[in-house]
Amino acid sequence: MKPGNILVALAGQPNCGKSTVFNAVTGASQHVANYPGVTVDKKTGWFKHNGSRFEVVDLPGTYSLTSYSPEERVARDFILHEKPAVVVNVTDASNLKRSLYLSFQLMEMEIPMILELNMMDVAEKRGVEIDVKNLEQRLGVKAVPTSMKKGKGKTELLLAIESAAAQSNKRQSVRIDYGALEPYIKDIEEQLFQDAAIGAQYPIRWFALKLLEGDEAISGLVQGRHVRAGAFLSYVETLRSRFEERHGAAPEVHIAQRRYQTAEDIARTSIINLDPDKRTLTDKVDGVVCHRFAGPVILVGVIWLLYYLAIVQGYNLTNYTWPLLAKLRSLVESLTPVPGFIEIPLLRAFSLWFVDSINALLNYIPIFFILFALIAVLEDSGYMPRMAFIMDRLFGRFGLHGQSTLPMVLGGIYVGGCAVPGVMSCKGIPDERSRLATILIIPLLNCLAKVPLYVLLINIYFAAHKAWAMFFISTISLLMVLPVSKLLTLTVLKDKETAPFVMEMPPYHLPALRGVLGRAVERVWLFIRKITTIVAAVAVVIFALLQFPGLNSERMDFYEKGKEEAIARFYQKIENYPEHHAVLQGGALMDMVNYWEEYKAAKMMTQGEDAMRTLQANFQSRNPVFFSIAQPQNKEDKKVNREFKKLVKARNKLLREMKKERINNSFLGKLGKTLTPVTRYAGFDWKVNVALLSALAAKESSVATLGALYQPDESGQENQTLEQRMENDSEGFTPLHALALMLFMVLYPPCLATTIAVKVQTGSFKWMLFSMVYPMCLGLSAAVLVFSGGTALGLTGMQAMWAFYGLALAAAIAMGLVKNKTEYV
Amino acid sequence: MTLDQIKPGSHCRIKKLSIGDKLGQRLMDMGVYSGIRVKVLRNAPLEDPMELELDGYCMSLRHDEARFVEVEVL
Repeated sequence: MKPGNILVALAGQPNCGKSTVFNAVTGASQHVANYPGVTVDKKTGWFKHNGSRFEVVDLPGTYSLTSYSPEERVARDFILHEKPAVVVNVTDASNLKRSLYLSFQLMEMEIPMILELNMMDVAEKRGVEIDVKNLEQRLGVKAVPTSMKKGKGKTELLLAIESAAAQSNKRQSVRIDYGALEPYIKDIEEQLFQDAAIGAQYPIRWFALKLLEGDEAISGLVQGRHVRAGAFLSYVETLRSRFEERHGAAPEVHIAQRRYQTAEDIARTSIINLDPDKRTLTDKVDGVVCHRFAGPVILVGVIWLLYYLAIVQGYNLTNYTWPLLAKLRSLVESLTPVPGFIEIPLLRAFSLWFVDSINALLNYIPIFFILFALIAVLEDSGYMPRMAFIMDRLFGRFGLHGQSTLPMVLGGIYVGGCAVPGVMSCKGIPDERSRLATILIIPLLNCLAKVPLYVLLINIYFAAHKAWAMFFISTISLLMVLPVSKLLTLTVLKDKETAPFVMEMPPYHLPALRGVLGRAVERVWLFIRKITTIVAAVAVVIFALLQFPGLNSERMDFYEKGKEEAIARFYQKIENYPEHHAVLQGGALMDMVNYWEEYKAAKMMTQGEDAMRTLQANFQSRNPVFFSIAQPQNKEDKKVNREFKKLVKARNKLLREMKKERINNSFLGKLGKTLTPVTRYAGFDWKVNVALLSALAAKESSVATLGALYQPDESGQENQTLEQRMENDSEGFTPLHALALMLFMVLYPPCLATTIAVKVQTGSFKWMLFSMVYPMCLGLSAAVLVFSGGTALGLTGMQAMWAFYGLALAAAIAMGLVKNKTEYV
Repeated sequence: MTLDQIKPGSHCRIKKLSIGDKLGQRLMDMGVYSGIRVKVLRNAPLEDPMELELDGYCMSLRHDEARFVEVEVL
């Protein structure tokens, strides 16, 4: 924090409108980081008021301040160690009694506190009236009623913050009387006072209460600081058991009980609930939304709508945004050195590769924007906990959590999700074990980018059973994911912390447009910043691996000869047209080639007759002679045009052959070949290996690389689709090969963007590596099983497909029956 | 009797939590403590978890967790 800033912390229970308050107070000046060592978001913002600069930290929403969850630990440690000048305790005024449970704990930490009674409008609607004066008197803190969603009360809140920060003498808040526990508290307080280090640094009464509650983090603090820590802590233990013996309840139970009683007591005099027994609207809605039959139907409807709006409509939107990205590409193209007949300047090749890699990701932004906005709607409306409520039983059997539902839906529970938002939305899962399991299995679901390869292979090898093959590949990923996640939670994740499911079902709210859009923008920006930058860096590496060491001079001479032959042939053919012959001499020939390519590209991007006419006029004025060859009118021009097209075709063939050879020679190509002794059991040859390796950067690359490797050899093949080329080219590639390849693709390691998201969400490099290695082993095993097993048994592609389906189904059922051990301690 | 045995639609009063530590503390922090009245609203479509109403708000928990809450039927 900058010196001179006044530090303000926002604390409150979940669903009290805290983020609305934070946004209203800080406006656009916000910053998100992580608390050290945990993956809890730390949101910081600023505001200026009467010349002072206030730094506001939005603490995670918590019901209490124990050391059982990372959120609570983070919130508590922040107050304890950063010592903010003011804590604003945001409460839901419509449910104030329960909110006070946290307020008391904050007051006990002896930091100047303001009680913000937020959502007053909701309280009024529910017939709740609050006697603010009486409340202030009973608590001994300043209370500020607000309705931040409607922008009411902001000025009063800022004034209260300012005056609380300015007050040097702390206003004495009331103390909760813990009754029978008081002598015990006093006993420990006295012992703590003898220790200068703890006595000076921490609020003593709070510290004593925490020790009596048996809080392990606080005992840990004592261990490090107290001179006679061992003896002191065993004394605390004696006190704890003595209290339980005499009063029939553990101190922590007694403490919670007294807090609730005090809240009840205060509520009786300062809160008037005019309509306490009204069946709430939320309960009525839940009657439908969580209904045995209607609930799942509504859930499927919501998921369908999410897919439809984000994936289908978002994809349509990319039709409008893609031309912008294409323009960016041609701009880059026009800025880089012009290519020679067979020499493509490295700078040009690199720049275009780089732009293509970035564009592939940026192209998803419309989809992401809609997706993130819809997630925000789900979060704000209160539907998210209901999704968890409906799905918990099913997912719980496989070591996952009810709250894994949304991440899995985003990741592509059927076909066409994206692992990046899927992994990013795992944040809210409170159970560490389930959260990690969810993060690790999401990349195995069917993301949008895996689909082109499926479609390609199904069209070639399962043409007769397209629908069945598509059904297989769409559902097999979920079927494999469930036993895999169970396996993970039984092995590598076995000792991870678990958390109780106990979850609030907050009242339904109408989401506010501003909040929804704001969060969508924020998350898209995070995606661009965190992920695109790293993908760009890795694109450079993959480029180098594909490009170098390149072709040796002998091979270059060979291609040079090919070039000279092609050019000589061209000149010979147009000898009879001296005018053209003269114009296309020397360097002009290459100019014509580039002119031709540009004209072709420009025509591809132009739509409508008028635009086409303008385009042609442009090119004509640029070079009338070239234009007459490119767009021939008379017989002579047509003849030259035909010969010229042949020349271009010859050139393209040379370029493709060079590319193929370069990949073949490249480091990645060598790696692909080195791997064949292993991958041949899965039926992959080196070309497939290279395609799969290049797909590490982005899954879409697999089809593009296959396209480069299975290129037309004879001129007659030029116009064949990749499907036809693969079919002709790869002798012995059977449906069984294709099935093995598809299954490998399902389980294939996450793309780079996802890998980075995994790193961010787990906060660990180790888990990131694990998330790359284990799917690779799993995928290879599945592919080998299908290919080698299928070959040994003489199965056809379809037979092997259903045999595998049966195996996966059996594995899922068997794993569902195994029990996870759950500890509630 | 324990909370997991209560049928949807019935009311009960919490007598005691028979577990401490993480689950016990969590239940207390969410407002489940002895003496409070609870209404079991419904079970999830697959039976588990269950939804409760207490003190004007709703929460859900698994039957496995509700096992540790001793109640008396009202």
